[in-house]
Order: sequence, then structure tokens, then C-alpha cells
Amino acid sequence: MLENIDFALVNWSRAQFALTAMFHWIFVPLTLGLGFMLAFMETIYYKTGDPEWKKLTKFWMKLFGINFAIGVATGIILEFEFGTNWSNYSWFVGDIFGAPLAIEGIMAFFLESTFIAVMFFGWDKVSKRFHLTATWLTAIGANLSALWILVANAWMQNPVGTTFNPDTARNEMTNFWEVLFSETAVNKFIHTTTSGFVLAAIFVLGISSWFLIKKRETLFAKRSIVIASIFGIISSIILIGTGDSSAKEIVKTQPMKFAAMEALYEGQENAGLVAFGILSGKENHKNLTADSKADFIFKIEIPSMLSILAHGDPNQFVAGIKDLIMGNEEQGIMSYREKIERGYHAQQTLIAYKEAQKSNPKGEEYLALRDKFADPVFMSEYFRYFGYGNYYDPDPEILQKNAFKMVPPISMTFYAFHIMVILGFYFLGLFALFLYLIMRNQLHDKKWLLWAAVWTIPLVYIASQAGWIVAEVGRQPWVIQDLMPTMKAVTQIDTTAVMITFWLFAVVFIGLFIAEIKIMTKQIKIGPNKGGTK
Amino acid sequence: MFETLSHLALQQYWWMIISFLGSTLVFLMFVQGGQTLIYTIGKTDMERTMIINTLGRKWEFTFTTLVTFGGAFFASFPLFYSTSFGGAYWVWMIILIAFVIQAIAYEYRSRPNNFLGARTYETFLFINGLIGTIFIGTAVATFFTGSPFSVNMMNQSQWETPWHGLELALNLHNLSLGLTVFFLARTLGLLYFMNSVNDEAIAQRSKKQLWFNAIPFVFFFLVFVIWLMLRDGFAVNPENGEVFMQPYKYFINFIEMPVVLVIFLAGVVLVLAGIIISIIKTTSNGIWMSGPGTVLTVFALFLIAGFNNTSFYPSTYGDLQSSLTIQNASSSHYTLTAMSYVSLLVPFVAAYIWYVWKAINNKKIDKDEMTSGDTHVY
Ligand code: HDD
Ligand code: HEM
Ligand code: HEM
Repeated sequence: MLENIDFALVNWSRAQFALTAMFHWIFVPLTLGLGFMLAFMETIYYKTGDPEWKKLTKFWMKLFGINFAIGVATGIILEFEFGTNWSNYSWFVGDIFGAPLAIEGIMAFFLESTFIAVMFFGWDKVSKRFHLTATWLTAIGANLSALWILVANAWMQNPVGTTFNPDTARNEMTNFWEVLFSETAVNKFIHTTTSGFVLAAIFVLGISSWFLIKKRETLFAKRSIVIASIFGIISSIILIGTGDSSAKEIVKTQPMKFAAMEALYEGQENAGLVAFGILSGKENHKNLTADSKADFIFKIEIPSMLSILAHGDPNQFVAGIKDLIMGNEEQGIMSYREKIERGYHAQQTLIAYKEAQKSNPKGEEYLALRDKFADPVFMSEYFRYFGYGNYYDPDPEILQKNAFKMVPPISMTFYAFHIMVILGFYFLGLFALFLYLIMRNQLHDKKWLLWAAVWTIPLVYIASQAGWIVAEVGRQPWVIQDLMPTMKAVTQIDTTAVMITFWLFAVVFIGLFIAEIKIMTKQIKIGPNKGGTK
Repeated sequence: MFETLSHLALQQYWWMIISFLGSTLVFLMFVQGGQTLIYTIGKTDMERTMIINTLGRKWEFTFTTLVTFGGAFFASFPLFYSTSFGGAYWVWMIILIAFVIQAIAYEYRSRPNNFLGARTYETFLFINGLIGTIFIGTAVATFFTGSPFSVNMMNQSQWETPWHGLELALNLHNLSLGLTVFFLARTLGLLYFMNSVNDEAIAQRSKKQLWFNAIPFVFFFLVFVIWLMLRDGFAVNPENGEVFMQPYKYFINFIEMPVVLVIFLAGVVLVLAGIIISIIKTTSNGIWMSGPGTVLTVFALFLIAGFNNTSFYPSTYGDLQSSLTIQNASSSHYTLTAMSYVSLLVPFVAAYIWYVWKAINNKKIDKDEMTSGDTHVY
């Protein structure tokens, strides 16, 4: 069955989506965080009436605008791409997925784009109070738009609140609140938006440090650092907290992702947490077999910590990659092979249903099959594994081989996760140190520390991208967990068409990126005091 | 409230919302039209700066309306989204690129050290104005002329030509709508300049240019509409959902839905009246007639494409039965209900947009403002 799939097409489509999503995500988190920081700064201006605070707000607002434009430009690509490149997916999940996207448009994007106009053009046209309101609404609007897209993404990771309708051959929403408030969605929203806050705080901290190094605009820089480090500390704590609860929830909903995050091949009780490790890379998801073992060249392990992290109890069992594929009766884990067979059965039932409906829409066979899709046992024991059926093969040996293919890229997920977590603690430490030193007025002569803050700016972008790699690469081969594999989601067009658009986007993005970096650095060098508002 | 409505009523409600967003989008394309006139109307740097700034305060609305139009279509008629976007791949990709380059052009054009130079960003705006209007017009025309696709029993769609949408631009009827939208957008752009910029030279030139754009607009519009009234349309048998060709279908739709016909005619009259008073009188308010007129006209056209047992996205590839109707392409009753509650926000959104528009535009743009340095200048 897998031989009918055009993997070149699937991989180019994935590459294109990854390119555009990751490019979009370079600009989004700064919008999310800087929006609120502008609101804090302008609030202080509003309360004190001190024109220095207005200047400060306006400087960061300029950088906000430069960044915002390119976030908008790349966002529309993603929206269109669901239709153009993932059309089967768009139908299969459109009933759920489309709704958040539409709500986002109606509620959030208009809020953002209306009030951003006031923020930029309204300084002398509307009252101070209304202007401040507009700045707050822009920040809230940006974060509301994040809410809806993240709800949609969370649903793909953990498809709740829906029922399959065999007549339309798609999932249909049956409980909006379950979709909105699923544990995955809540964690994802808080974790992702706070990651944007941390990113923006590091951005402000780094640039202000540069001004201190250059001995320019010191008052401006110090004030910015105070705001950034307080905001950064609060956000980092929430970020780490929700990161931890995300991991706990992944253990339940996406155990394979969790195993890959830790490169855990064999399940264990008292499982240790790899705090830092390097994999040899000889073993990987492409040559996985029943004998594969984790191949750390080097690792630092905290004993029993993984069991505690996953379940809050050191004696609990944490499933490894091989347990999940081959099954583990003792722990009550069903093998992939069994799941594939059950999924295949569900798919065949659907096809039989469709054919019966066509030939005799009132016949007994049709009615019997229709009842199946309303039968809770069939739905929870067979249909639940619907997507696994795509890996079926009548030859049991090939089937077993296919089961070993259903693993995400292990080392990529592992490294991305560890980089994110290590950096997360580092950022918290950096904010705390900066706040301490600035309060004691000792920061400005610690040049090495100021440079460290400047060089942390690229690191925070890396951490943020790494987060999405964990979430998205770690869920492979699924687009919709257990229901639809990536290879089935794709639009059937010529691979060359996708290749052309991929390169087209790549060229456009490189051009835009260079322009953005040049403009941004120029504006920073000009600083808050020169050049009017241009 | 919405739960008690039938599935069909919800589908019709959502088709109206889509129609409303689509027609608002066409009106707001005055931004695109204006972008193709920067050098025609602006002869000095200062004049161009004023024009770009007056458009720059509005481009986000057009853009966001396009985004919301797409999102709402996805949510309410997902089968259209998957069929059209995945099928007419090239058309949508070209439209997409045209909007991507627009989004940064305003912000980056006048920034120091902007890598590509102001001229390049102005070219981006021009390309966006040209392609955005012609291609979207052409794509919408396929609601009446059909596209070569098929849909299988699992509702997965397949485009049946290797051109992936490019072939649609070769259809003259489609093209007549594309050009109508292009010249309409330019006409509205001119009316908007007259309304929002306080500058004698710009007003004079805009008035003169109105002739050169309004006449082709009226010509192509008549070609499109007369042809539409005369052609066979894609009708649906309400009993069994079967699609068949019916002569004069769209004309019949107007006759059978007289309210829609009235909306259409009122819209056309308003559009023309706005143009005519701007030519013969000294007024800057033409946009406030032609703009709403555009919304009404396009709204009515969308309604005759989807209502009265008509297929709004017909398949012309052998199998008429693959055609999409508001019934077979829609989301479930539950989802449409949930979204209908969200749609109650639309009036509030419209209200705050209106309020802010007024607050920002209450004083016309002039030279002093461009040089004062305290507001954001593109
Ligand atoms: C967590 C936040 C987040 C995530 C995961 C995404 N976006 Fe985004 N998006 C934003 C947060 C955001 C934002 C902060 O709200 C932006 C960035 C800059 C801006 O103007 O708004 C935005 C802009 C933006 C726009 C332009 C809106 C406008 O007209 O102003 C579109 C169409 C999208 N996005 C669509 C998407 C799609 C289809 C995504 C999924 C694949 C996606 N975004 C992921
Ligand atoms: C903006 C942040 C995001 C980033 C950086 C990101 C990153 C990625 C990456 C790296 C891939 C490729 C994975 C692979 O093929 O190995 C991918 C695929 C994908 N992502 Fe995301 N993603 C983001 C947000 C989202 C959101 C919010 C959604 C859904 C709403 C989404 C849906 C998808 C889909 C449909 C694919 C294609 C299928 C696949 O390859 O899995 N992504 N994304
Ligand atoms: C320090 C502790 C941290 C922990 C324990 C943690 C944990 C996690 C986990 C488990 C995921 C996967 C969620 C999923 O697949 O659904 C995730 C995703 C993510 N992380 Fe973190 N993270 C931490 C820090 C950070 C930092 C510092 C950043 C960036 C500044 C960040 C940004 C992200 C992003 C953008 C995602 C993708 C969105 C999501 O799935 O929630 N994280 N994180």
C-alpha cells in the first residue's frame, strides 16, 4: 500500500510548509511579546506624562512595525497553503479546523489591524487615553489571534470534541468547548504566547545592552532593561511551568512523541531524565528494528527524574519507542501491528459503506454498516486507529516493517527538546541577574555580561523554533494524531509545481529577510533620539 | 437561537456572509486600484508620498478582509476550499505572492537602508494592484463558468488539467470580469484620492483619469453581465441534488428573486451616480456612493451564483455531478451554528472600524502633515 504514495510530493509539500511556518514564526513571537511591552511603556507615559517614556515607546513601536509587516505577509501564505497543498486534509478536518481560522479573522485580525492604525497614525489625532487603549487592544488582538490558530493546532495533536460522519467522510465538530478547552489547547496557548513574551524580553534586553555598551541613551536603555527583565522573569516562570504540563499531557496523548523527545528506546520504571546527551546518530528512525538501542556517546542523567516528570511518581513506567511499536502486554500497550490491522478494518468498513450507499441506499447492508459508525465499541476499538490502516499490507512481514516506519525523526526531536529546555533555564537566570544588577546600578560596567545579552538574541529565536520542531516533527507521521497520516493529507499535484513554489518562496523570503534585518539594524543604530519617526 | 434553524437556512446564512465579505473585498480593492495609479496621479515626490500614505492607512483592511474571506470560506464551505485552492493551484499561488509583496511594501518603502530601494517597493504595489484585481476577478467568474475538477466518493478532489487553474484565464468570459474588477478598482481608487487628499493637482488629475477608467469599466461590466444573462447556468434539482444545465439560469435567478434584482440595480445606479457626480461636479464624496454601490452589486452577483438551486462551483469536467452547491460543500449543522454565534460580532467589528476610520480620516492628508515628522510616514 505504501508503494502507491508519491513520497517526493509529500516531502516537498512538507518542506514547503515547514519553510513558510518557520519563517512566519520568526516574526510572530516578537509581535506577541513586544505588543504588551509597548502597552506597559505607554501606560507609564500616560501616568507620568514624562516625554522620555513617550520617546521610548515610540522607538520600540517602530521596531514593532517593521517586524509586524513581515509577520502579516507570511501569515497569509500559511492560510492559503492549507487549501493549496493540503487539500485532502482541508476537507477531512475543515469542519473543525476552519472554524478557529474564521473566528481568528473576524475577532482578532480586525482588532489588530484597526487599532494598529491608531497606534501608528493616531498620536495627534486621538486623545491620549484612546491611543493607550488602542495600544493595549493591538497587543490583545495579536494574542487572541494566537489563541485560535493554536486551538486548531492543538486539535490536530489531540483530536477531541468531534465525531466521524461516514456520509461526508470527515470529522465533524460535536463539542466546541471541548475543542477550545482541551488540556492540549490550554497548555499550548499559554506556553506559546509566553514563549513570545520571553523572546521579546530578550530582544529588548539585548538591544538595550548594546546601547549601554556604546554608552548611548543610557537612561532609555536602563528603563527598557527594567521592564524587560521583570516581564521576562514572570513570563519565564509561566513558560517553564506550562512546558512541564505540556510534557505530562503528551505522555498521555502522544506517547511516541514523548519517547522520541527523550530518545527512550526501552520503557522503564524509575526512568532517568537525560539532562544533556549526544547521540552517535548511527541508530535512527530510518533503520529502526526490534534490536535497536539508544546510542548515547555521552549523557548526564538524573535518576528517576523522567518517571517523576511524566507521572509525578518515580516508580511509574515510562513507555519507550519499542514498547509502543511492539506492544507491551504487561503495561497494557497495544502493538502498532494490531492498531494497523484495526485501522485497516475501519477503513474497509467505510469503503463498504460508501459502496452500499451507492448501489442500494435503503438496503439492509447499508443500514447495518451505518449502525457501525454509531456503535461506540466499533468507534473506540477500531475507528480510533483509522489512520494506522494506511500502513497495512497483506504480507505480514512488510506490515511489521511498516510499523517500524511510524516513528518521528528521533535525534531531531531529542535535540530540539533539550536545546529548548536548557535555554529556558538560562533565560530565566539571565533576567534575574540583570534585574539584580540594574537595581544595584552595577550593570553598565559589566561589558562581558552586556555582550552576552546581545548574543542571547539569536539563542532565543533558536529556542522558539526548536519548540515547534518538538511539537511538529515529534508528531510525525501524523497530521491528525492517529487519524490521518501526513502522506494522506497532501494535494495531488505535480511534484514540480510544489518544487517551483518552494523555491519561489525561498527566494522571496531571503529577499524580505535581508531587507528586514537591514532596516531593523539601521533603525536601532539611529536610536530613539534622531531622525524623527522615520 | 441558531440551533433551531435548519441546516439549509444556516448554509444560506453563511453564503450571505461569504457574499458580504466578498463584496466588501471588491470595494476595498480601491487600495489595489490606487496602487496602479501612483505614477499617473503623483507627478512629484511629495504627491506620491501623499498618495502612498493615504492608501497605506487602508491597505490592512483590504488585506484582512481577504484573509477573513478565505478563513470564513474554509470554515463554512470546506469542500470549496480544498477543491479550488488545491486545484487551481497556480491562480491562488500567484494571487498569494502578489499579496505577500504588498504587505511589506508600505512599511519598508521609505525606511533608510531598505535593501531594494523605494522604486522596487512601488513596483511591488503596482504588481499587487494589477494581479490582485484581475486574478481575483477571474477566479470569481468561475463561479458562473465552471472549472475542470472531479470529486470522489470520499469527497477528495482532483483537478483534471495539468494547468492547475492557468487555463481559467484563457476563458474570455472570466477575463471580462477580471478586467471589470481591475478598472472598477482604479475608478474607486481615484474617487478615494479625491476624498482623502487635500491637494489641487491630485484632485484635477484624478478627475481627468476618471474618464479613462470608468469607461472601460462600464464596457467590460456590460460585456460580463449581458453574457451572464444569456448563458446556460448550472442548476440543481432540489429533489435529488442532481445538477443540470439550464438556459438563462442566472437571468431566471434574478427574476425569481426580485429582491436580489433590486439590490443589483440599486448597486449599479449608485456606482454610476458616484462616478458621474465626481466628473460633473466639484465634490469629494463620490466614493460614498460608488463604494456602497459596489458592495450591493457584487453581493447580488454572489447570491445568484449560490441561491435558488444553483451550483456555485460547477465542475465542467465531464461529470456535472461533482459540482459544488452550498448544500454539499458545507460544514456540519453544529459547526455552522457555533460560527453563527461568532458572526454576531460582525456588527461590532464594523462599528469600531468605522469609528477608527473616521478618527483617522477626519482631516484630509496634506503636505504639512507629511513633513511634520511626528506621525508615522510611509
Ligand atoms: C502563536 C501565534 C501564531 C501562530 C502559531 C501562527 N500565527 Fe499567524 N499570526 C500571528 C500569530 C500566529 C500574529 C501574531 O497574530 C500575526 C503575526 C504578525 C501579525 O500581524 O499577526 C499573524 C499574522 C497572520 C496572518 C496575517 C493576518 C493579518 O491580516 O493581519 C495570517 C493570515 C496568519 N497569521 C495565519 C496563520 C496560519 C494559517 C497559521 C498556522 C499554520 C499561523 N498563522 C500560525
Ligand atoms: C508557527 C509556528 C509553527 C511552526 C514553526 C511549525 C513547524 C512545522 C514544521 C517544522 C513542519 C514540518 C514537519 C515535518 O514535515 O517534519 C510542520 C508541518 C506542519 N504543520 Fe506546523 N508549525 C507551526 C504551526 C503550525 C500550526 C499552528 C499548525 C496548524 C494549525 C500547523 C500545521 C502543520 C501542518 C498541517 C503541517 C504539514 C504536515 C506535516 O508535515 O506534518 N503548524 N510545521
Ligand atoms: C524550560 C522549560 C521548557 C519546557 C519544559 C518546555 C516544554 C515543551 C514541550 C513539552 C513542548 C511540546 C508541546 C507539544 O508538542 O504539544 C514545547 C513546545 C514549545 N516550546 Fe517549550 N519548553 C520550555 C521552554 C521553552 C522556551 C524557552 C521557549 C522559547 C522561547 C519555548 C517555546 C516553545 C514553542 C514555541 C513550542 C511549540 C508550541 C507548543 O507546542 O506549545 N519553550 N515546549
